[in-house]
Amino acid sequence: MAILVIAEHDNASLKAATLNAVAAAAELGKAGGGEVHVLVAGANCAAAAAEAAKLAGVAKVRVADAAHYEAQTAENVSALVVALIADNAGDYSHLVAPGTSYGKNVTPRVAALLDVAQISDVVAIESADTFQRPIYAGNALATVKSADRVKVLTVRTTAFEAAAVANEGGAAVEALTAGPDLGVAKLVGRELTKSARPELGAAKIIVSGGRGLGSGENYHKLLEPLADKLGAALGASRAAVDAGFAPNDYQVGQTGKIVAPQLYIAVGVSGAIQHLAGMKDSKVIVAINKDPEAPIFQVADYGLVGDLFEVVPQLVATVS
Amino acid sequence: MKVLVPVKRVVDYNVKVRVKSDGTGVDIANVKMSMNPFDEIAIEEAVRLKEAGIATEVVAVSCGLAACQETLRAAMAIGADRGILVETDVELQPLAVAKLLKALCGKEAPQVVICGKQAIDDDSNQTGQMLAALMGWPQATFASKLVIADGAATVTREIDGGLETLEIKLPAVVTTDLRLNEPRYATLPNIMKAKKKPLETVKPADLGVDVAPRLATLKVVEPAKRSAGVRVADVAQLVDKLKNEAKVI
Repeated sequence: MAILVIAEHDNASLKAATLNAVAAAAELGKAGGGEVHVLVAGANCAAAAAEAAKLAGVAKVRVADAAHYEAQTAENVSALVVALIADNAGDYSHLVAPGTSYGKNVTPRVAALLDVAQISDVVAIESADTFQRPIYAGNALATVKSADRVKVLTVRTTAFEAAAVANEGGAAVEALTAGPDLGVAKLVGRELTKSARPELGAAKIIVSGGRGLGSGENYHKLLEPLADKLGAALGASRAAVDAGFAPNDYQVGQTGKIVAPQLYIAVGVSGAIQHLAGMKDSKVIVAINKDPEAPIFQVADYGLVGDLFEVVPQLVATVS
Repeated sequence: MKVLVPVKRVVDYNVKVRVKSDGTGVDIANVKMSMNPFDEIAIEEAVRLKEAGIATEVVAVSCGLAACQETLRAAMAIGADRGILVETDVELQPLAVAKLLKALCGKEAPQVVICGKQAIDDDSNQTGQMLAALMGWPQATFASKLVIADGAATVTREIDGGLETLEIKLPAVVTTDLRLNEPRYATLPNIMKAKKKPLETVKPADLGVDVAPRLATLKVVEPAKRSAGVRVADVAQLVDKLKNEAKVI
């Protein structure tokens, strides 16, 4: 019995979400799932594999290094995972992937090819076959039990602490024979938002803007100095993204990113249900809004009713 | 080129659902039901492909209760040419829906299946990917732009950290994200016209698919409520609280 974790990485290093997925797998291991193996599929991805080998709780890293895994397309990666599970018949009782856009893209393909159900966005592990997951945009939590021979899960990264880098000696790294290149999907290009700020999913502090900012220019002019001062990531509500104030990958909410930083500062965000679903697990929430009735105040630890155009610059000046 | 679009009947996105007091699920009796918003975007995209002369026919499919006919009529009011209802009272999970859609793809032979990326009730985000896997087709999930030409689809996808563009061979599955398009409002004449469009009903057994659920829901509870905190008078007090009370800065 073992648990296979699909690592998310950019060939050079692991994505932060992988650490949360490994931690969830380790918890599953303690619940009877067995040892944790990490699959790193990529091209020239030895550095990412070495990083995975150092994570607490990892017993083995299995690496498939081939040019056709460079872009990590769902088709090629899922075929590899299915073959790996079939070759080790009965060994893998669980497959775990982070509930990121990457994990959500690849994992259901694996589940379908194995003819098993997938449990998406797991937030708590009750036993080796019973899991809790949010439904209806987080307005309800369902406990589900799987009877399938392989349990396929994606885990909500904010619900599990990141695995520590604790295993200096490193777990065994084993090379796998690459699967075939299906050749049905080709990466044309990626436009990644360049930023010196922390990643939204991993940031300790997030400064988030809503429609109250009025324009993209105000969004940048007001929020960037505050984010820089606090070393924070920038986020946005769906309304602000739809209005073009901020890029789409800044969106926090049920359909965007789910975040749970130490501090979430919502500026000019009204607090629509779908936005709250994405940030209500933050440790401390601050709301700045001129409308005292805005729903965001119902979840805020500290609410400041006021004109954000005055309050935010004052805040930048006061925070040392 | 034929386009198939699965549409799901879900609790309307404006409704705040309540968990049943016996913990067996959420209360959906007498609650407004609508088409899943991501599926509405999928239908709109398919209809735009037809209007652009790329698609020749748009077929909407819904799986579930007889009431899903309303959802199919709504899809036809946006512009789908006909509807197929796979009628069953059994609770359908994503793998079962993917198998039903696979059977229909076998009969209908679409070149593109456009799905919503997730349904706003179970939030699974699985069906499109599962269908692509079962068919052995490529997929492009979370699409914000779709261009079809020369037997391939070029799809811009919303991924963590930005955008990615994939070129996939047809036939293929595409799943929609919010920014793919803004669905039109169905006009009254089109709603009337939709009532006359063909709607075929089949049963899962007719398609040879076992739809028994794989996951058992043991209980459903309300999440812990977050209570409102305090109002602060000014920035100085806010910074003081963050530093000395919450100790987060």
